[in-house]
Amino acid sequence: MKDIIHGKAYVVGDSIDTDQIIPAVHLVYSMKIPEERQFYGRYALCGLPETSQGLPAGNIPFTAPDRFKSDFTFVIAGTNFGCGSSREHAPFALQEAGAEVVIAESFARIFYRNAVDGGFVIPFESRARLIEQIRTGDVLTLDTRTGVLLNVTTDTEYLLDPLGDIAEILKCGNVFEYARRAGMMA
Amino acid sequence: MAQTITQKILAQHSGRSRVNPGENIWIDVDILMTHDVCGPPTIDIFKREFGESAKVWDKNKLVILPDHYIFTEDPHARRNIELLREFASLHDLPHYYDVGTSRYKGVCHIALAEEGFNRPGNVLFGTDSHTCTSGAFGLFSTGVGNTDAALIMGTGKIWVKVPDTMRFVFEGDLPPYLMAKDLILSVIGDIGFEGGTYKALEFDGKAVFDLSMEERMTLTNMAIEAGGKNGIIAPDEKTFEYVRSRTDHAFEPVYGDPGASYYSERVYDVSKMEPVVAKPHRPDNLANVSEVAGTRLDRAYIGSCTGGKIEDFMAAAAILEGNEVRVDTFVVPASSEVTRQLRERTMNGKTIWQVFLDAGCKMGHASCGACLGGPVDTFGRANGTEVVISTTNRNFPGRMGSKLAAVYLASPLTVAASALHGTITDPREVLV
Repeated sequence: MKDIIHGKAYVVGDSIDTDQIIPAVHLVYSMKIPEERQFYGRYALCGLPETSQGLPAGNIPFTAPDRFKSDFTFVIAGTNFGCGSSREHAPFALQEAGAEVVIAESFARIFYRNAVDGGFVIPFESRARLIEQIRTGDVLTLDTRTGVLLNVTTDTEYLLDPLGDIAEILKCGNVFEYARRAGMMA
Repeated sequence: MAQTITQKILAQHSGRSRVNPGENIWIDVDILMTHDVCGPPTIDIFKREFGESAKVWDKNKLVILPDHYIFTEDPHARRNIELLREFASLHDLPHYYDVGTSRYKGVCHIALAEEGFNRPGNVLFGTDSHTCTSGAFGLFSTGVGNTDAALIMGTGKIWVKVPDTMRFVFEGDLPPYLMAKDLILSVIGDIGFEGGTYKALEFDGKAVFDLSMEERMTLTNMAIEAGGKNGIIAPDEKTFEYVRSRTDHAFEPVYGDPGASYYSERVYDVSKMEPVVAKPHRPDNLANVSEVAGTRLDRAYIGSCTGGKIEDFMAAAAILEGNEVRVDTFVVPASSEVTRQLRERTMNGKTIWQVFLDAGCKMGHASCGACLGGPVDTFGRANGTEVVISTTNRNFPGRMGSKLAAVYLASPLTVAASALHGTITDPREVLV
């Protein structure tokens, strides 16, 4: 886990489910073969209705139609981000697109667990309703050690909730390294 | 200190006498289930972390049920089946249910019940969010991603945070126009679809224990639609009878202690409840059928782990028998066993299958079908601006295939009544 993460914000609404993060029709690609896995980056968040793509303006695709990588490092969401199916392809797709952090008011538990145990994206929770204060395209800097988030564009600072228990897994990289250190696997 | 059934099962599987909500613990897993969408990437992670030639921790405890993208020409989806077949063959897995053979089952959550893998007191994990369905048999069951499943595949262990329990008590006698689907949609509407996040949802009360095992599975199936970690119902004689008819495997039932503390408790009198729907595009967007009655429909869909069991079709057939549907109506059995029963059971001298055919329904093969959209050639998939009423469990934008489609979730009774009229219809209007 990097100490400092810097990049652009992509803002979405409440209760973004995994069908919107990566529609089921795309789940057939290999997550291992490089030529195929890059399609997860292309289709990340493509299930959002157009007017909900990149708030507040909308109609901003997370990944441009002909690209495999997104310009956005942070996904800023409301409540219950990642609800719905257990597909690990969801946090994986965000990582493949180049996102590093999701900041939400709350997460659905399977998405949260997948993000952490697979080491795909760092899920930070925010008490403040950031989706009404940050705009798609704003430049952000996050200190993952302290949870201090700076909106460089508006020069506003926010304090995110501590990562708690899961920080140890994120520091290990994924749950396998964590399990090795806990003596649960060789 | 008294504990809930969920706490006691988790405590037993962590080698402790008690565990507290909020604690992170390592537990032993009795059954791991995976399917064609999440199985291949789980196997890739398993090989990466444990080695190309690693053995699964216990091949008798791994169940692989291809069910999602089966009847499609999509080459990538077909490759996933090949990958499962190779892995099952290489590891000589006894519980692989291959496509195109007499062993093929269909939707994993229903197959787990039919094949006797839902055993009271057990811990069951699966790479599917609706794995919570199995909790209807008095066991702890929940969905995980591929990484967690790969860890279980190699070690038989996983860490969990012990959940608080929300208790839902259903009292009274269930009227004939209501089904378990109405009860669970009402719960989700009441607490909101993140109202149960991280929690165990326990269902209790006379009306729950009056339900068949299939109907109980409809309740626990949709615990995830309120964000729940697991849904659970204490086992009783009906549970034991079902399980013993499906497996000789021993099991030890677990019950909650009297006086266990619950995070919250809600009591419902089912005799006063109404047929309901979840309106587009959220499972908690609750309305009484009477509030949306008359809404024009393009399509009806009866199927999935929630609404594609034999009792779901018996309920729908009772309404459709001798009548004709006014909109395209897709019938997709959850499992090959359900298909067989549709062809064996009769109503007024006709098989149930024939009842649906005569009513003008389109009949599909046992699988997840269009519940989650799937490849573009999936039977019943919404590809445009259809307004659909469905017995499935999710209606997020694009869930059944098209972002422009609008999906209403309802019980098989309500879906059948609505198919007859071509508009959303209260089942009381057509039930005699």
